[in-house]
Amino acid sequence: MDLGPHAGFIIASYGLCLATVIGLIAWVHIDKANQEKALKELAAQGISRARPDGKDATPS
Amino acid sequence: MSSWGVALFNRDLRLSVRIGGSALVGVLFFLAVVTVIPFGVGPDLNLLARIGPAILWIGALLATLLGLDRLFQADREDGTLDLMLMAGRPLELVVLIKCLAHWVATGLPLVVAAPLLGIFLNLDPVAMGAVTLTLLVGTPALTLIGAIGAALTVSLRRGGLLLAVLVIPLAIPVLIFGVSAADAAIHDPVPFLTPFLILTALSLIAAVVGPVAAAMALRFSAD
Amino acid sequence: MAIWDYANPTRFLRLVQIVLPWLTGLCVLAFAAGLYMSFFVAPDDYQQGDTVRIMYIHVPAAWLSMMCYSIMAVSSLGTLVWKHPLADVSAKCAAPIGAAFTFMALVTGSLWGKPMWGTYWVWDARLTSVLVLLIMYLGLMTLWRTMEDPIKAGKAAAILTLVGALNLPVIKFSVDWWNTLHQPASVIRMDGPTIHPDILWPLLVMAVAFTLLFFVLHLMAMRNEILRRRVRAMRLRAASAAQPGTAAATAQPAE
Repeated sequence: MDLGPHAGFIIASYGLCLATVIGLIAWVHIDKANQEKALKELAAQGISRARPDGKDATPS
Repeated sequence: MSSWGVALFNRDLRLSVRIGGSALVGVLFFLAVVTVIPFGVGPDLNLLARIGPAILWIGALLATLLGLDRLFQADREDGTLDLMLMAGRPLELVVLIKCLAHWVATGLPLVVAAPLLGIFLNLDPVAMGAVTLTLLVGTPALTLIGAIGAALTVSLRRGGLLLAVLVIPLAIPVLIFGVSAADAAIHDPVPFLTPFLILTALSLIAAVVGPVAAAMALRFSAD
Repeated sequence: MAIWDYANPTRFLRLVQIVLPWLTGLCVLAFAAGLYMSFFVAPDDYQQGDTVRIMYIHVPAAWLSMMCYSIMAVSSLGTLVWKHPLADVSAKCAAPIGAAFTFMALVTGSLWGKPMWGTYWVWDARLTSVLVLLIMYLGLMTLWRTMEDPIKAGKAAAILTLVGALNLPVIKFSVDWWNTLHQPASVIRMDGPTIHPDILWPLLVMAVAFTLLFFVLHLMAMRNEILRRRVRAMRLRAASAAQPGTAAATAQPAE
């Protein structure tokens, strides 16, 4: 496909957007893995969520 | 407003001009900023006269931001803020009075110094008067908007820099209309009164929004 | 009220579990259609040539940068007025995503500007407003990071978000004013007088795709934030239960 004389700019803007979106997706996934690892470690230490389900994670 | 307001105003004013207060440092900083600009842009007097109002406004903005982090912090450190919260007076009014005192101690000196610094920048008398007038009307808005940032960062140990980052976007309209009004008085693309009245309106809006938001933030930071 | 049913994070997480695969699928489909249309269906602009294709990501990104702030403002109202427990989670998670979309709008805008205007950056009213918006997003994110207690940070950020929401129209108005004073009259407008349907359809599809992408990321980030607060609460409880000597080691939040 021919993008004309300014192909570089078009490709660069699509590429940068793609990179930003990939960055966001990666951030979300890495964060999720970290939190789940922490939860697993805490469970392994025998620390459980003592209060009824769902109460402790909420802000008051 | 009754006697407690006057008492609070006097207290804050005295604290900020005596030893330990840093009110006059703001003027020195203002002087330093204005002195440094010609080293950056060159000593061309015509250029300086053209951008003079902008330099004075940006200098005033920076000097105001610099002094703001002490607005509530000193009171929080020695526990006065908790007393004020418990005193049963409307906190919005307390914040407004504190801002007023802070402005008299830090903002008013900037306004007074502006004509003097205008000489360095080759401003003609009309421009000098216009800049001083716009600063007189506009700097209260900077203090009142800044009070929001000061209240939000009051519990942070090094909140000064963050405060500036939070407040600068909110202060852009004040800067724009302040400089526009001053410019309009010198070479008029628009009548002076239009931007000037908008600037006044911004100050009045800030006098409502600033204390309300700052009081809300102070209440949340306390509990 | 339906929104209160999801005040319970566990129930909310279950909902996310169900909704997320569908939303992701729709998002991928919308992107496939939108990208195909913007590259192969949409015609060249007779003036701008192929660079007009940048519009199909620039305009949706700019639109999302504003929508995201609106969502944060509504969430902040939820925090301060209705005290909905998930409102500040929503506001906190929207901020980085909004900042990313704002950044995209700026980058594509300046990459579009170079062939059109001859420079990467002009102090055009719209670009300048978007830049100010980016600074506000970054300031909010910093405020969140500097405060340790998530609830206090949420309230402080909510106040700032609402003040910002009040101020954004004023900023927009004043930047427009400033721009008409300083800009020469011949400004290339980004939007033409009329938008042809051939251009409008890809644009709409891309806007839908970007919006879906936002919601997918937002829900995922909210799930992470809920888990993070769970971890924090458990660590704090473990620390307060443990001996004072060992508490210091376990109480460090590893965020």
